Amino acid sequence: MNHHRRTFLKLGGAAFGAVATAALWPLRAIAAAVRPNAAFEATALDGAYKQLGGTPAESADIDLSTPDIAENGAVVPVSVTSKLPGTEAIYILIEKNPNPLAAGFMIPEGTEPFVSVRVKVAQTCNVIAVVKAGGKLYSAAKETKVTLGGCGG
Amino acid sequence: MNRREFLQVLAAAAGAGLPLMSRQALADQSWDGLYDVPRFGNVHLLHMTDSHAQLMPIYFREPSVNIGVGEALNRPPHLVGPHLLKHFGLKPGTPEAHAFSCIDFESAARRYGKVGGFAHLATLVKRMKASRPGALLLDGGDTWQGSGTALWTKGQDMVDAILQLGVDVMTAHWEFTLGEARVEEIVNNDLKGKIDFVAQNVATADFGDPVFEPFTLRQINGVPVAIIGQAFPYTPIANPGYMVPNWTFGIQEDQLQDVIGQARSKGAQVVVLLSHNGMDVDLKLASRVTGLDAILGGHTHDGMPQPMLVENPGGKTLVTNAGSNGKFLGVLDFDVKNGRVAEWRYRLLPVFADALPVDPEMQALIDRVRKPYADKLGEVLATTEDLLYRRGNFNGSFDQLIVDAMLEVKQAQVAFSPGFRWGTTLLPGSPITMEHVLDQTAITYPATTLTDMPGSMIKAVLEDVADNLFNPDPYYQQGGDMVRVGGMTYAIDPSAEMGKRIQDMRIGGKPIDADKTYKVAGWASVQANAEGEPIWDVVSAWLRDRKTVSVGALNQPRLIGVSGNRGLL
Repeated sequence: MNHHRRTFLKLGGAAFGAVATAALWPLRAIAAAVRPNAAFEATALDGAYKQLGGTPAESADIDLSTPDIAENGAVVPVSVTSKLPGTEAIYILIEKNPNPLAAGFMIPEGTEPFVSVRVKVAQTCNVIAVVKAGGKLYSAAKETKVTLGGCGG
Repeated sequence: MNRREFLQVLAAAAGAGLPLMSRQALADQSWDGLYDVPRFGNVHLLHMTDSHAQLMPIYFREPSVNIGVGEALNRPPHLVGPHLLKHFGLKPGTPEAHAFSCIDFESAARRYGKVGGFAHLATLVKRMKASRPGALLLDGGDTWQGSGTALWTKGQDMVDAILQLGVDVMTAHWEFTLGEARVEEIVNNDLKGKIDFVAQNVATADFGDPVFEPFTLRQINGVPVAIIGQAFPYTPIANPGYMVPNWTFGIQEDQLQDVIGQARSKGAQVVVLLSHNGMDVDLKLASRVTGLDAILGGHTHDGMPQPMLVENPGGKTLVTNAGSNGKFLGVLDFDVKNGRVAEWRYRLLPVFADALPVDPEMQALIDRVRKPYADKLGEVLATTEDLLYRRGNFNGSFDQLIVDAMLEVKQAQVAFSPGFRWGTTLLPGSPITMEHVLDQTAITYPATTLTDMPGSMIKAVLEDVADNLFNPDPYYQQGGDMVRVGGMTYAIDPSAEMGKRIQDMRIGGKPIDADKTYKVAGWASVQANAEGEPIWDVVSAWLRDRKTVSVGALNQPRLIGVSGNRGLL
């Protein structure tokens, strides 16, 4: 376990909190400009796809990593790596959440197309990674089970 | 008539109540050759798993219901009774047939006596180590939980016992229910320099840093051998997550593949996964990960006489499962030539207490550990008229007592008791002691609860647990059996999809109303705020009020669509 890194970050988090908040303002302005608001507001998968530009085609060039069974449905780790050339954006959708689109990332040219986030998964369903590359949409899906727990072994 | 046939006739006669010979005299000759396992090859691994802290010899009935669905249909480990004997070519009426199956359990148990016990296991381990220089002893976990003494000593009795037994490498599951701090304390102090605690799939929840060593590299007769650890992947889900708040688990296939690569690049000529995944998960894992010579498995308590040989893109991987409760010792021999495994031999040896003398040092340790608790453990609560056991997909007879006690003591309409696979067996006519009740209930989150639950929630609970057991994809299974129920009846179609398996739920013959509220008793909640009397107090108080108990008909669900399934009798 890397105790030093953890301690440093805890201290750093406190010290730099104020600075970081201020520095975020320009980022927020940029985010507001490119944020696909209508897609985030969609209440079903089809609607979210429509707002993102259409139903994506399945692709084997997207690595999607999610747990088979969530340890905590409130913070499910999801990682996506795109091997598609010309990746411009990565979206993460949770099929049965009230608002399926959980996150969107713009991938500027020259950036490694890898994202890792924690999302809420309300119930057992597919977690879907959608990648926009060369102006087209591609996807990969994997089921994550959210269970009541107990009764093991 | 040869000697074996003669013995079978004698056994049948004894079973029918004819006092021909004592059990000892009958059984003595049946042991001939049981432990003659000639050394083979140059790399030797001894494997024990899921002893659930049973230091003393016990009875343990293997399941008569262990249904497989999807690819697992009629495939090991989902074979019971005669189906299992036939598949593995075991002869009925032998000690092995008794050890591996539930056939004629009571008469066979009276004939062959108790199984397991660390003093007897220690003798067998010493014999195998004597014939196999360099052999390593691997412990697959679920060792520090399952008895009163393990609970009261926070696992210390078992830690001392495995150190005495000479365990070299271990991984874990129920050990984690002692909490992160206690596990770290034991690993960093008691085990340090003696037992390698390995788990490639446990990481810190924040940065994903490894918590334990992923593997250990040992030399066995000059051959570098890597043992990789795989802790139970769903520990924070199947058991309380608050016990391990800073650790994350999971199967972690990609990372395992990396670790195998690291082990091979460090020169390992044999790579073995010491796994607490459960056998169905191990079979899937073995088909997808390359470079493992064997997966020595546990968790699902399947006593498998021989391994499954699983093909994957890189070759073939052996998958074993070594039963539970100290009943078995696995012996895996590899012949390693030119840097790779050329051949193998495997035996899963039953530990018959009557056939193996006690190891005096281990017995002394056990006596010392138990002495302070002797009165508490030995209290006789009642006598059972029936065979009491737990293991099986649905209510066992001991579970039936537990849910009956819960219904009455908690004044509930419905009782739920977890489908744990541990819990020992008692023969008809036996006293039920406090120790026996703790063998079924000794966990660190024992609170009983009484909850108002709508019928829809009862359905949701049953569906959820059924999916953990019968999901056709083993990676979505957690390895327990179905929750035990009292007060209500239901039907189940194991092959149906989630949400459609549970049908015809009734209380007192009347259909359960989705919108009506029912009083539901439970225990072993994984929620942090559960409060209530420990389950062992509820059950023991109920038993004390009775001189004798009989179970009557088991409240098992009506099964749908299981004809031809060789996972039930």
